[in-house]
Amino acid sequence: MAQEALNETLVSRQQRLWLWVVGTLVLLFLILPVLIVIPMSFSDSRFLTFPPPSLSLRWYEAYLGSPEWMDATRVSLTAAICTTLLATPLGVAAAYGLRVAEAKFLRTIQLILLMPLMVPIIIIAIGVFFVFAKMNLVGTMLGLVLAHTLMATPFVVVTTLAGLRGFDMNQENVARSLGSPRFAAFIKVTLPQIKPSVISGALFAFITSLDEVVIALFISGGENSTLTKRMFNALRDEIDPTIAAISSLLIIVSLSIVLAASLLAGRKTR
Amino acid sequence: MANNSGRSMSIVAEQERLIARDACRERDRLLTLILPALTLVAILLLLPLGWLTWQSFVGDSGLTLEHYVRVFEDSTYSKSFLLTFEISAMVTGLAILLGYPLSYMLCQLPPRWAAFGLALVIVPFWTSLLVRTYAWMVLLQRRGLINKTLIDLGVIDQPLAFVHNITGTTIGMLHIMLPFMVLPLYATMRAIDPELMRAAANLGGNPRYAFWRVFFPLSRPGLLAGTTLVFVICLGFYVTPELLGGGRVVMVSMLVQRNVELYFQWGAASSVAVILLIIVFAAFAFLNRFLAVERVFGAR
Repeated sequence: MAQEALNETLVSRQQRLWLWVVGTLVLLFLILPVLIVIPMSFSDSRFLTFPPPSLSLRWYEAYLGSPEWMDATRVSLTAAICTTLLATPLGVAAAYGLRVAEAKFLRTIQLILLMPLMVPIIIIAIGVFFVFAKMNLVGTMLGLVLAHTLMATPFVVVTTLAGLRGFDMNQENVARSLGSPRFAAFIKVTLPQIKPSVISGALFAFITSLDEVVIALFISGGENSTLTKRMFNALRDEIDPTIAAISSLLIIVSLSIVLAASLLAGRKTR
Repeated sequence: MANNSGRSMSIVAEQERLIARDACRERDRLLTLILPALTLVAILLLLPLGWLTWQSFVGDSGLTLEHYVRVFEDSTYSKSFLLTFEISAMVTGLAILLGYPLSYMLCQLPPRWAAFGLALVIVPFWTSLLVRTYAWMVLLQRRGLINKTLIDLGVIDQPLAFVHNITGTTIGMLHIMLPFMVLPLYATMRAIDPELMRAAANLGGNPRYAFWRVFFPLSRPGLLAGTTLVFVICLGFYVTPELLGGGRVVMVSMLVQRNVELYFQWGAASSVAVILLIIVFAAFAFLNRFLAVERVFGAR
């Protein structure tokens, strides 16, 4: 009996070892390709070898010294900031409505709001392209921001809904029963408590817009071409090392945003 | 007396009517909060979807099914659909094979290490897909790190062709899709009570038996959610196959893009888009039988 139990733990220990090996390898597969771009961007060579033969900042200089890349960066940042400013209130309002209103068709509405996450991106892109062609919005900043807001709002809705689920609505009801209008009660009582969720939603809206490629390929152009559109077109022709420098900067942005969001999540649970 | 109580009844009824009216107004006011976001989706997504569907039935001479007939008869289209299914199935299978053990391992780790491991999944998840595709282009190219390492180790003599073909496309897509498998799987597994496994062991089930009869069935909703998400997103994938496939791996998304951007053939593009859309919605409807779809995206 004891022997049997011992054998069992031995088997499971051996299996556990396999699990650790496989799991660790998969984690390395996920993270290494992302991180390896950063040392490569400091290479002195035209050919992106690893480890770099000698270090230099020439690809960063090439990026910062190019008016085209700088324009594209400005377009992408402007679009991302405007998208965040538009998608956040839109998403928060919708999430609040979904949480508080009582109606049978709310689930359908919620699914419609989440549709931008379900429909294949290429179909959204040609659809938006079609609408913008009719409205003369192709190649404009307004069009870019509207399209990115479409993609970013679901993230704000989802994070805000998560925040509202952990919030006791009675607190807001107390404020209202003491004579505060609903909007004031929301701003003064509810919003401060769901702030971490709203901020993470806003951060994800920002990164969604900054990293979006496919829609931008169709609807951004000329002086309003985004960074991702220029990167995509450059990559189609050749592997330009300048893109390693830009990629490294984008990775740093993503890393900081994930870090900020996880710190917010940590504070929320405390 | 009778008269009096009749009057108070009518006052109560009147008050109830007013309360109901207020509740109704209140609800309408709350629903208007959803309106801006809903309008955006309606104009930029629902409207064009309706138009695309309409276009797919319109030809030079009125209503027609020619665009759909072409998809099934023209080998360019049917081959592309087949290839898209093959690649999506391969990526999904590999994602299960790699994602399940990883999620299981993360579940067994103490909280601090699990959070660290999860961060290694989330950081790539939120890193630009273009950047990750670029990383794989660099790693997989003829003189890239992977070929160099394999040659140095003596595994191969000549560099292997990883890019501009299905191999590179699959590797790149797998890397990008893996978090979509791991995140729902991990969330589901974390919610499984570890006491259940201990109970199964106490009742005499060996670890293998306990895993397959207790743990695995409980993890199935997460597996199902991850599988659907990965497969569906793969079907419409554009950027990674375009760059890593080098124009030689023509997936359905590229047929759509080329028909619109190069040839202005909205009819041809729309029939492909509609078929793709039907498959995607069918997949989500299937998933919805086991798990509310909105939960897949973190909403409830």
